[in-house]
Amino acid sequence: MNSWANIMAIVKRELGGYFTSPIAYVFLVIFLLLTGFFTFTVGNFFERGEASLVSFFTWHPWLYLFLVPAVGMRLWSEERRLGTMELLLTMPVTTWQAIVGKFLASWLFLALALVFTFPVAVTVNWLGNPDNGVIFAGYVGSLFLAGSYLAVSCMTSAMTRNQVISFIVSVLICLFLILAGYTPVTDLLTRFANPRVVEVVAAFSVMTHFEGFQRGVLDIRDLVFFVSVIGFALFTTGVIIRNHRAG
Amino acid sequence: MIRVENLTKAFGPKLAVNNVSFTVERGEVLGFLGPNGAGKSTTMRMVTGFIPPTSGKITVGGHDMLENPLPAKRLLGYLPENAPGYADMTVHGFLSFAAELRGLRGAARKRAIDRVVEHCLLENVLYQTIDTLSKGYKHRTCLAQSLIHDPDILIMDEPTDGLDPNQKHDVRNLIKRMGENKAIIFSTHILEEVEAVCSRVIIIDRGRIVANGTPKELKARSPEGRLEDVFRAITLPDTVKAH
Repeated sequence: MNSWANIMAIVKRELGGYFTSPIAYVFLVIFLLLTGFFTFTVGNFFERGEASLVSFFTWHPWLYLFLVPAVGMRLWSEERRLGTMELLLTMPVTTWQAIVGKFLASWLFLALALVFTFPVAVTVNWLGNPDNGVIFAGYVGSLFLAGSYLAVSCMTSAMTRNQVISFIVSVLICLFLILAGYTPVTDLLTRFANPRVVEVVAAFSVMTHFEGFQRGVLDIRDLVFFVSVIGFALFTTGVIIRNHRAG
Repeated sequence: MIRVENLTKAFGPKLAVNNVSFTVERGEVLGFLGPNGAGKSTTMRMVTGFIPPTSGKITVGGHDMLENPLPAKRLLGYLPENAPGYADMTVHGFLSFAAELRGLRGAARKRAIDRVVEHCLLENVLYQTIDTLSKGYKHRTCLAQSLIHDPDILIMDEPTDGLDPNQKHDVRNLIKRMGENKAIIFSTHILEEVEAVCSRVIIIDRGRIVANGTPKELKARSPEGRLEDVFRAITLPDTVKAH
């Protein structure tokens, strides 16, 4: 299929772009150091005395808050800054193929980073008898969480040619996606607002939907939530690019 | 091969391109001439399908650029202004990517890359990243990208801008040679260039076509027979306010 070939060509180029620059290596090292630090030191992995990766996955929404926008901030802003967007979009490629290709490449890269955390899963299996189904669900949830943040970064990077602005706006939006369902915040909100309203707001939060995965529950509604966030953000990216081209 | 009818582009209240119509056939080299900000780049960006016009119609090789952009884009090679390229890619990687998006695979892709590398004299820098290239090489790399699929139609926005005299000469010769069996549009503000390579000239000022003819016909409008006098007589400097 022609459109798939185009998408794959773009995926290949983007992935190659990560690895020919130091970005990929710097990111992987920082990601692995931070996950290790939070899991073992801050998360009290050993003191918990339980064979699970709760202390590993709990931190992902916060870690991704800064790391995923760092991966996604350049996707479109770099194209705009270099002027290559004009090349790319005058090729026989639809805007859709370009958006999906770029998103998939970065998502694959994040998946790779996640794969490199396998020593944590090995460790917990070596020390005890964890429920590997729960761990698997945790990884799936984490991947979709990263994908949602990434789609948001993709959207903000299409808004500007400045990567710093793209990064900051993306962090802010992702922070909202966390805080809307973060327990301390929802507790505070219930004091002022109708609990039902708080519940509705929390339903927009990645926290609410990531929780199930951490407990090992693969709920179709949670998956639908993440896929909708990704779909919506990528659709908005398309609208932003169209408006930018229309002037 | 290219047919543009009543093309208009408004940016807010400003008309960047105002009711422009022209055609280019195979074997023609059309020079776009005009002061800075006259609407040359905007027109080319619309013809290549990068930006949509406010109104008007663009047909490329019989395909409507607005209704059916992909077949139209397949026929086009485009060299944008300032010859952009992916800074972190090697010349070879970049040309490979362009070839792939043009549907060239395997042996066909290799042949296409070899051909444009030879045409554009890129052997020496083939495995250098684009951000390390000099302006001349960067420019030729982008030119190579536009030729990778041997397009029937070539659109070039200031293809000689920023090049040294030797490079300018090479690019002009290349345009002239390719113009024999392709339809080419290129923009410039170097008047001698127009005389050297164009079979037809369109002068644009403030978004309107103010002259359209062969270089000879245009020159005949001036008593001294100089294109520069004609250009200065029919275009306004950008410091003058339009009414």
